Amino acid sequence: MTYDTQFTGQTFKSVGTRPLRPDGIDKVTGRARYGADYNLPGQLTGLILRSPHAHARIKKIDTRKAEKLKGVKAVITSTDLPDLTDGDSELFDILDNCMARKKVFYDGHAVAAVAAIDAKTARAALKLIKVDYQVLSHVTDVDEATKPKAPLLHRNCFTEGIEPKPAKASNIASRSEFGHGDVEVGFEQADVVVERNFKTEQTHQGYIEPHACVASFGPDGSAEMWVCTQGHFTFRQQCAALLGMPLSKLRVTSTEIGGGFGGKTHIWAEPVALALSRKANRPVKLVMSREEVFRASGPTSATSIDIKIGVKKDGTITAADAVLRYSNGPYPGVWAMLGAMTSFACYDLKNVRTVGLEVLVNRPKTTAYRAPSAPMAAFAVESMVDELADKIGMDPVAFRIKNAAKEGTKSSYGPVYGPIGIGPTLEAARKHPHMKAKLGKNQGRGMACGFWFNFGGQTCADLNIAVDGSVTLTVGTIDVGGARASLALVAAEELGIDYDDVKAVVGDTASLGHNDMTDGSRGTFSSSMAAIMAARNAIEELKNRAAKMWEIPVKNVIWEDGHAKAKGRGKKYAKLAPLSLADIAAETPNTGGPIAGYSELVADGAGVSFATHICDVEVDPETGRTQVVRYTVIQDAGKAVHPTYVEGQYQGGAAQGIGWALNEEYIYGADGRLQNPGFLDYRIPVCSDLPMIDTQILEIPNPNHPYGVRGVGETSIVPPLAAIANAVSDAVDVRMTHVPMSAPRILKALKTEH
Amino acid sequence: MSQLVSTIINNDSVEFACEAHETLLEVLRDRLGLTGAKEGCGTGDCGACSVILDGALVCSCLVLGAEAQDRNIETVEGMADGAKLHPLQTKFLEHAALQCGICTPGFLIAAKALLTNNPDPTEEEIRYALAGNLCRCTGYDKIVRAVQDAAKQMRRA
Repeated sequence: MTYDTQFTGQTFKSVGTRPLRPDGIDKVTGRARYGADYNLPGQLTGLILRSPHAHARIKKIDTRKAEKLKGVKAVITSTDLPDLTDGDSELFDILDNCMARKKVFYDGHAVAAVAAIDAKTARAALKLIKVDYQVLSHVTDVDEATKPKAPLLHRNCFTEGIEPKPAKASNIASRSEFGHGDVEVGFEQADVVVERNFKTEQTHQGYIEPHACVASFGPDGSAEMWVCTQGHFTFRQQCAALLGMPLSKLRVTSTEIGGGFGGKTHIWAEPVALALSRKANRPVKLVMSREEVFRASGPTSATSIDIKIGVKKDGTITAADAVLRYSNGPYPGVWAMLGAMTSFACYDLKNVRTVGLEVLVNRPKTTAYRAPSAPMAAFAVESMVDELADKIGMDPVAFRIKNAAKEGTKSSYGPVYGPIGIGPTLEAARKHPHMKAKLGKNQGRGMACGFWFNFGGQTCADLNIAVDGSVTLTVGTIDVGGARASLALVAAEELGIDYDDVKAVVGDTASLGHNDMTDGSRGTFSSSMAAIMAARNAIEELKNRAAKMWEIPVKNVIWEDGHAKAKGRGKKYAKLAPLSLADIAAETPNTGGPIAGYSELVADGAGVSFATHICDVEVDPETGRTQVVRYTVIQDAGKAVHPTYVEGQYQGGAAQGIGWALNEEYIYGADGRLQNPGFLDYRIPVCSDLPMIDTQILEIPNPNHPYGVRGVGETSIVPPLAAIANAVSDAVDVRMTHVPMSAPRILKALKTEH
Repeated sequence: MSQLVSTIINNDSVEFACEAHETLLEVLRDRLGLTGAKEGCGTGDCGACSVILDGALVCSCLVLGAEAQDRNIETVEGMADGAKLHPLQTKFLEHAALQCGICTPGFLIAAKALLTNNPDPTEEEIRYALAGNLCRCTGYDKIVRAVQDAAKQMRRA
């Protein structure tokens, strides 16, 4: 599929405006229904029994007493979710994570589940299940796990990506490498070389809505499920595969979603709820508690990253090298690989090498978290970039501008860039008043850049024109924060009608073809592409109908400003007044029936995204407490469809990054148990922790999208860790190498270095 | 053993039966179908279940259903006057002070409680008054602006 790439001067009527969102009233009046707000007649309450051990062999599970308790309708273990994965190891890992089989791999790993008439009975039943464990030694730290004597999670884990295959099993699941040139030669050319290790702790996406679903399995083998998810089609696919049912027999409806940030791209409780419902032959509602959310869902990786960068005195980076160790939980993923790919993506480098190591640890299965793996790599790289700028006496912005990637740069992970926004965001930062504002006592300023790939993927949309001329756009990507407004704007733009005449809804899995998840910042990017194509298809049919009504050849009909216009010579054409979409819609019963536009596509060409953040902090030298006092986000949106919600994405990502930088971390005890599975001890930023977050939207059109749109959701979480670390360093003259920079950690660093 | 409780919710007289261990949040959501209040944590840390109880802002997950006897409860479902939205609701929409919206009912209730006691709060007062309500999407910027704007409008009215 080819698109018009001539954007310069493209003008819009609807796109770029800021109307109210269509789902807004429901959300401010309490009417909107989220995962836990769905109920079915005869519904049972499901609860999951979880391992208290970080690593143990399951010797025996005795469920007999629980089954006999009055009001208990089903008890399941892994035997009720048999292995149907047929050698698909990724799917097997998902299954094993949903319900442990031979071993439990982390504190919180599911081992059994019950469905009972109410929560009280279900809780009592859980206590009656006896699990006989053989406790094994465990390892939760990413560096400890790579040591030769570390407890092994899987005896058959031999590091992939190494030739020849290692003879000894280890916790390093795989190795990936990216780059070009010769870093050794590059380091020889450098005047200054700096080398450091950086660490980041594990964080959780922290969505306020815990995972929730209602599953209803019928005796005919058909099932329905209502679930808060970032991808109901993917959930259907995975659940159906694990339960051994055809996709068409499982209908999944995505409820309103109370935050996801990548954390709702994975199934955990859903196959369990379905299996319980199948066994009990009644609907089952399963809602995780907050403690379960922390112990068993999410989180992101903990990391240990070695960075080495060489520069010349004139500011040219001659070589950049990184080894990135990312914790994956007990199952192999691609997290270090993504870190390795994104590390140096902002820069135009002659010699670059990154190595990613996927490390298995006794922690929950790592899940995507907003620009997954990029913030940690950016923390390490951007901290060091600042340090190098300081060492050669160059302004950090000028240093970055000198080395920034541009159109035509071969990226450190392979592809050659098209038009990109790193240079423009840096220039905007250089000119921003924030950079020149005066700092107070104990205050410091930092800045940093960030990159995210963005993603397109499989997308399907349906646009139906009603007889009154109003339009329903049905999309299959979840709306996580205003996408329905943006997509209605796009459909209105393309059709040439008012925003208020378009209603965008999210369809269930029975109403559309497959849609990939709302991840990779793809929701608005890809569904807007599908909406545009669906609208264009509808316009073709609108023109046919107008031709029919006018009795002229369709080639003489054009579509302009929401109207069919007759283009031809002679009296006949002069008399033909334009027909509005509503005029044509009104006649559809007589001109060939309903009009619908449909689109199915793979949204290729998601333009890469860059941001530059500026941050001022104040560090209390007595306590080490750090307060962010000013924050500015500058990011390329390609084209901001609904600028207010684009700003919202920028601000939200920055806030999550601030939490990660300063406070949030998973704390494990020596026993391998999570010590802070709640919002009191895992403290995400609250309103009084943050300042207003200023935003600047740049628009460097993405040539692969008809309107130039790029995804905007994720990049904003990439720079904050480094921006804040650089600001702290500026404020107290201590280079922080460990995130979060919590008060005790800063205080310790102050005492050590001063 | 259930007990019968009589209370006022959003100006309506309501009777419900609940067990001693049930929280007000459970009663609202599971017995009365008022699902506007959300459970984000169940431990009083996130504020998604905020309601106003006899004029005081509380986490309904920390109040027992039985404690509602002869009390006056305001929930998000009672904020609008029929089709007429409360100024806070209008301003939250206009400022896009919600993304996913799960925390929105709690923020609206907390902001209402604030503005009842303090019609002209400073930014700092707003931030501290809302510090018991967690939002993971917005970074709070647009929420604070919406509350400032609503307060301004309510002072004029």
